[in-house]
Amino acid sequence: MNAIMMPSNRTVTKTELIESLARKQNHLAYKDVELAVKSLIEKMSLTLSVGERIEIRGFGSFSLHFRPPRIGRNPKTGDSVALAGKHVPHFKPGKELRERVNNGAAADMEAN
Amino acid sequence: MALTKAAMAEMLFNELGLNKREAKELVELFFEEVRDALAAGEDVKLSGFGNFTLRVKNERPGRNPKTGEEIPISARRVVTFRPGQKLKARVEAYAGSQ
Repeated sequence: MNAIMMPSNRTVTKTELIESLARKQNHLAYKDVELAVKSLIEKMSLTLSVGERIEIRGFGSFSLHFRPPRIGRNPKTGDSVALAGKHVPHFKPGKELRERVNNGAAADMEAN
Repeated sequence: MALTKAAMAEMLFNELGLNKREAKELVELFFEEVRDALAAGEDVKLSGFGNFTLRVKNERPGRNPKTGEEIPISARRVVTFRPGQKLKARVEAYAGSQ
């Protein structure tokens, strides 16, 4: 692996995202931006929890994938356990996000 | 019906009292912030929802599915989403219509 292409370990948190948005939208109160972001995230969670998709053009889509029932094992005792089927959230990045993320990596390489 | 940016802006307008232009701008900017961070090589952690993390994939052999011709798939950086515990638990409970 090319070390230069390694993503940095920096992580942006929800709070930092809210701070950055609030700086850019300084006609809005910080509290309002915070509430708006939290509402957006709650709305997205709620949407998935009722089995609906999320489609954000240029960003990507979220949907549910079904995991069929299976026989699992208790790793301690080795006993078989029947596990019910379940849904898991899935994200598919959109074209613009894919390209920008990959071009960002390519730009890092050229800069070095 | 899928949740879209328009529906999210509508929600901010109805529930938070932002005006329509502000609501639309904020939704747009929210996703732009996440995208900018990822494009700059940063992971994004949205507690209560999940984490967007970057992974680097090495070059690997590929094939043109139409012609069968072998072409290498270049090394690339990709985004993956890992749902958080809270989201997983909420979604798991969905019985579905399958």
